[in-house]
Amino acid sequence: MNIWVFAQEANGAPTSGTLELLCKAHSLASGSGGKVTAFVGGSADSIAAALGEFGASKVYATGDLGGRLPGVAVSAAMKAVIDGGDSPDLIMFAQNYAGRDVMSRLSVKLDRTVLTNNVDISADGGTVSVTTPVFGGNTLVTTSFSGPGPFLAAFRPKSFSADPVGGGAPEVVAAPVPDLGSAGAAQVTAVHVEETSGPKLDEAGIVVSGGRGLGEAANYQMIETLAKLLKGAPGASRAIVDAGWVPFSYQVGQTGKVVKPSIYIAVGISGATQHMVGMKGSKNIIAINKDKEAPIFGIADLGIVGDAHKVMPKLIEALQARG
Amino acid sequence: MNVIVCVKQIPDPNLPGALGADNTLKRDGKLILDESDSYGVEMALQLVDAAGGGEVSLVSMAPNGEVSGMRTALAMGAAKGTLISDPELQGSDALTTAKVLGAAIQRMGGADLIIAATESSDGYTGTVPEQLAEVLGLPSVTFAKKVVINGGTLNADRQTEDGYDEVVCPLPAVISVTAGVVEPRYPSFKGIMAAKSKPVDTVTAADLGISPVGWAGAGQAIVSVTQAEARAAGEIIEDDGEGYAKIVAFLENLKVI
Repeated sequence: MNIWVFAQEANGAPTSGTLELLCKAHSLASGSGGKVTAFVGGSADSIAAALGEFGASKVYATGDLGGRLPGVAVSAAMKAVIDGGDSPDLIMFAQNYAGRDVMSRLSVKLDRTVLTNNVDISADGGTVSVTTPVFGGNTLVTTSFSGPGPFLAAFRPKSFSADPVGGGAPEVVAAPVPDLGSAGAAQVTAVHVEETSGPKLDEAGIVVSGGRGLGEAANYQMIETLAKLLKGAPGASRAIVDAGWVPFSYQVGQTGKVVKPSIYIAVGISGATQHMVGMKGSKNIIAINKDKEAPIFGIADLGIVGDAHKVMPKLIEALQARG
Repeated sequence: MNVIVCVKQIPDPNLPGALGADNTLKRDGKLILDESDSYGVEMALQLVDAAGGGEVSLVSMAPNGEVSGMRTALAMGAAKGTLISDPELQGSDALTTAKVLGAAIQRMGGADLIIAATESSDGYTGTVPEQLAEVLGLPSVTFAKKVVINGGTLNADRQTEDGYDEVVCPLPAVISVTAGVVEPRYPSFKGIMAAKSKPVDTVTAADLGISPVGWAGAGQAIVSVTQAEARAAGEIIEDDGEGYAKIVAFLENLKVI
């Protein structure tokens, strides 16, 4: 089976999601005598070697997108390569902004379904099946692709481990973006990065998240203080992101970041499905919430039924006292 | 300026969901307006207001001729709607949904702007807005968190992994908007009464010339449904003023402090 992976870059390196997908693709492809190709929306100069090391034997690169959004531009470049005769059996995408857009546009161009939000994939002969968690992850649905390929599938972050497979430098082939017509008329005119200090939310070993139960925006400071004391990252529920207390980059959940730290501390978060999907893979979960019926207690290893305003200051004080 | 908002009518997310015999989400009870879509409806109303004219129309695909959720959006101020309701559509995938919505939008005469939520609260495939843009051959800005229209141009802040991008896009276009982008209004009593007589055109997939649809048109088949491994129940205690010490001990035990 020949597999493409939509490869993404951040700060001169492939994203962790890209490496996870390459690694899984490599094991699926090598089991069936196929090969793995990475498809880069941009220049591959700084990442080609790393893509090879994680299993890609070939890399397609569109070159600079010139301010065009990846969805429309990269899907058109992919379609051009497929029309040119190199058609994979499966294309894997990370479940993120660019991945979702590229896959959506491509699905219409190829008239193929897309299966999203997956956490696993298996191949048995020509049958490819993917697994998706539903109802907050309590139920797993396995779906197989029917009809002809290429099959299009998107995977949630951290679904697979990323280990180098020791591949050499891949062949890099240009896959220029064809004329997009009016569909490609949207242009990025400025890029803004919201800086956060400390470890990155989706990579931190400890995450401390706050929700509505904090009462008001000013109390989020307790979350930041505790996160700092534990050398962890602060996170948030969608409710307080929607309320404007913290930027979207803090959001943990279905639409935000997926985190799997060794310790997750949920403060004033009731545990809506939307949130639980993003953190239930954490190794240890501590929850502080006033409502003892809150769903978060159903998955907590340690639950404190109490007021965050009372528990948090004491906890912070005790940790500060230890130095 | 005329705006069409894609609205999904979903089973109440506050009630436990269930899968039907065909392993798709049960949608046979009363359906409500997906809260994610209330942001799009509100934004559409504000943009039409700012443009000084035009109207907001709705498009929705739902079983059993369901209009309860659409009536909520009409009560907020939308002028009219088109509902695609057809037993043949049961089992349709996101691609078919986008084709159906696209054909319905063309039947409605198109619009200057088409708004959808970034993803629904039940299926959350999250691909329909961008698929719809491709079906209609339009430019798109997904994950828009701020939108301003200047004549024939749209300026949007688009959410990214690390922050946001400023994007300029000519109209007509498709956008998907994030939750929290505006504060959805509550329908007034007058609005609720008026909504009852606002026109909703009901059509089938065949009326739109889309086939195959439903399971026949879906490039996927559900193979199995299993229960995930449950987490073992933890220790839950009432805070008596010393609850923090439990957390300290827990962290000590894990050797992080």
